[in-house]
Amino acid sequence: MSGFLSRYGGEIGILTLEHLWLTGAAMLWATAIAVPAGVWLTRRPRWAKPVIGVANVLQTIPSLAMFGFLLPLPWLGERAARVAIVALTAYALLPVLRNTYAGIEGIDPSLLSVARALGLTGAQRFFKVELPLAASFILAGLRTATVTCVGIATIAAAVGAGGLGELIFRGVASIDNRLILAGAIPAALLALAVDGALGLLERWFRIPAAKAAP
Amino acid sequence: MSAAIEFREVSFALPQGRRLLERVSLAVDEGTTTVVLGRSGSGKTTLLRTVNRMVEATSGTVLVGGTDVRQADLVRLRRGIGYVIQETGLFPHMTAERDVGLVLEAEKTPKANRLRRSHELLAAVGLDPEQFSRRYPHQLSGGQRQRVGLARALAADPPVLLMDEPFGALDPLTRAEMQDMLGRLLRQLRKTVLLVTHDLDEALLLGDRIVLLDQGRVVAHLEPEAFLQSRETAVMEYVRAFHRGERRAAEEQR
Repeated sequence: MSGFLSRYGGEIGILTLEHLWLTGAAMLWATAIAVPAGVWLTRRPRWAKPVIGVANVLQTIPSLAMFGFLLPLPWLGERAARVAIVALTAYALLPVLRNTYAGIEGIDPSLLSVARALGLTGAQRFFKVELPLAASFILAGLRTATVTCVGIATIAAAVGAGGLGELIFRGVASIDNRLILAGAIPAALLALAVDGALGLLERWFRIPAAKAAP
Repeated sequence: MSAAIEFREVSFALPQGRRLLERVSLAVDEGTTTVVLGRSGSGKTTLLRTVNRMVEATSGTVLVGGTDVRQADLVRLRRGIGYVIQETGLFPHMTAERDVGLVLEAEKTPKANRLRRSHELLAAVGLDPEQFSRRYPHQLSGGQRQRVGLARALAADPPVLLMDEPFGALDPLTRAEMQDMLGRLLRQLRKTVLLVTHDLDEALLLGDRIVLLDQGRVVAHLEPEAFLQSRETAVMEYVRAFHRGERRAAEEQR
């Protein structure tokens, strides 16, 4: 066992970093796209159904197929990491979009009406009232999306994008359970760690129940 | 005395055509309190909300400080009018001191000044700043929340206050306390107040004048004494209906 670790330890470390990079980059993209889009949808509710529907469909594409579809595309296909990041972004869109939309839609309308009556401008209402009240929802979406992405990123190795999936694929090809576990265990731990950390953040932003008066 | 709030032939109809206000003309003198009474659906709240343009009158004119509210800048207009509503008005993610100073925050007042003003106002509405300024709404009782709401409405020192059933959700004892506190505060601050309620006692206690609204029309606009003695059918019905509950309570106690 120790021999195995000394042989593969370095590689596991590098692949874990690669895995984190793929997931992190995809999450940044997904956040940058889906949070503003979710907010926009609350202003244009007519669009909510179709847009969330499209994100839903993206989610249903099998991940291996998604990587395969993207590979032949011109600029994208040149680098495997690009393909992986775009695919992971696509998967992350739905939870973030849906939670952003639901988080803002779910705010008690009387609070927004008070914010208007107090003379807060549109931007002030958004940053001082809507965003903080929806923050824990949005973070819950980010958390779901990140954990999903950590899992799906293992498939990225299939197109040569690296990450912990590489050990798994190699293990499957050479029928070596140790190699499979060397990829699977860190991936699972990574998912748990991300889940825990974002869970804490989410709790930090959670709004105490308004009705629970002492 | 000049009118701080004036309604001229104000009507309001819903898009489907139901008319909630019917040519209301009314003036509220500077520094006085006018209480609007009426049953549910009589248009009280709608009338109140035409003042800060939360509702746009379909026809007629609302003047605040002599200016047509439609001509005023919306944000400026609203920051110059304190607004208190029943329950739910406080932001669950804000401490009392932040909520009270929110309008000042929106005006980009320096934080130290803002907090000083918040604490001053919390004290004025009977909440010890030491104890309450850092509390969130869920850590306050119903009465305490209403006090914070009142302090918030006063933060920017607006000449006009709108109060929509401010004590409607409180138990009778807390309500009485709040009414006394508000009465004292108003005598001291000389704000122009438009207060909506269906509580006749509250109207008699706080109002310099009482308006009775029925199906969107002003049916009485009188001083409290005159209101009680009015021979107007609608007024007599309202007074009688209100006292019936009181009489029954008194009989049950015997």
